[in-house]
Amino acid sequence: MAYQWDFTPVFANADLLAQGLVNTLKVTGVSLACGLVLGLGFALMRLSRQRLVSWPAGFVIEVFRTTPPLVQLFWFFFALPLIVGIEMTPLLAAVVTFSIQSAAFFAEVFRAGIVSVERGQWDGARAIGMTHGQALRRIVLPQAVKRMIPAFMERAIELMKTTTLVATIAYADLLFAANEIAQKTFRPLETFTVVALIYFVVITAFSLAARQLERRLAVSGESTVH
Amino acid sequence: MTILGVSGLTKRFGANTVIAGIDLDVKKGERIAVLGASGSGKSTLLRCLNFMEMPDAGTIALDGKVIGRRESELTLVRQRIGMVFQQFNLFPHMTALGNVMEGLRTVRRMSKPDARARAERELARVGLADKAAHYPAHLSGGQKQRVAIARALAMDPELLLFDEPTSALDPELVGEVLGVIRALAEEGRTMLLVTHELGFAYHVATRVIFLADGTIHEQGTPDEVLKHPRRERTQAFLARHKEFSL
Repeated sequence: MAYQWDFTPVFANADLLAQGLVNTLKVTGVSLACGLVLGLGFALMRLSRQRLVSWPAGFVIEVFRTTPPLVQLFWFFFALPLIVGIEMTPLLAAVVTFSIQSAAFFAEVFRAGIVSVERGQWDGARAIGMTHGQALRRIVLPQAVKRMIPAFMERAIELMKTTTLVATIAYADLLFAANEIAQKTFRPLETFTVVALIYFVVITAFSLAARQLERRLAVSGESTVH
Repeated sequence: MTILGVSGLTKRFGANTVIAGIDLDVKKGERIAVLGASGSGKSTLLRCLNFMEMPDAGTIALDGKVIGRRESELTLVRQRIGMVFQQFNLFPHMTALGNVMEGLRTVRRMSKPDARARAERELARVGLADKAAHYPAHLSGGQKQRVAIARALAMDPELLLFDEPTSALDPELVGEVLGVIRALAEEGRTMLLVTHELGFAYHVATRVIFLADGTIHEQGTPDEVLKHPRRERTQAFLARHKEFSL
């Protein structure tokens, strides 16, 4: 006999799903914001000519880019309390892990973006008396960021999906909620299908908004949208 | 009166010595054309004068005061020495007006209305008042270079450095840029100009310097250097540029 699809038990638990979505967005949003700031910091450190500054940044970046996110999360949540006695809530552990992890990726995106801006732009800025910092802030970064938007988007989407790992440390994100509902209703297929749809809708909306932003920034004729 | 005093200037890139101990005094109101074959160190000399390149040895004094290497000092010096580049180096994310306002706003901390008024005057001076709202991508090469000149002028420089300002331009656009530089010359501005436009150098410069192997090989009035060169290499260089008309 064919499988009888029944979504009603899933929709009956819509409040659980909604709460899960809010928590997922919370972890993703906070990690993205912290990751961006921290990532720029790492990138600037890595670009420094002083090895004492560039090497530690390079080390952190490589460690977080090359190790599995699940291990990083476990490490912050389970190992850190054992080693240095720092206890973190699941939310905090998740945010710390994913902030540093996305910072490691964003640092490379920032670095590539900054390096891609022609030397002449630095020359033009310095020739009118700008300091290195002013040239970076006013001239180089605005051009670099514009070119980085597609890569940022890619990472943001990747991050939102990676946050599903927080379910493993019992943080009630969307996937955690889905697990609960599936066990309660015996409707795992329907539940996970709905959850996938939610991810699809949220991420697609996010992508469209970013493309819109890219288009708006393209006014000056220097664009990444074709 | 000497504005810029250069002494023993040396610049190396790796094992390659590009500037080999140049002494040069630039007096107020002088217009110095710097000539030389490619690789003779013309651009590097100019770029050392406002420390876009850090000299390896020698001193540069502005108004008699030797310039140090601290960034705070260099940013002040660069405001007093304007520079115009071969590739314009306009900021593509800002309009023509924005490009000219940028130094006034960010470096001089001038108020927005003041900076705007000043930038509009500078754009009008180079004949581009009607292009203020255009982004560089929508300007011709000649217009871009004129915006770049306006950007340099906005900082009230005491000395202007032109690094092959017309070399990247289509031939029919060279005239409009040279016209602006000539007008600045007529105002009595002090300038150093690296150029391949020998005819322009002859008519506008007060002194011509011929560089070879990173040293000043020959210098004098335009008439002396361009019409009656004494050194062999100067003669050979000019022979290669025979097509120019004085």
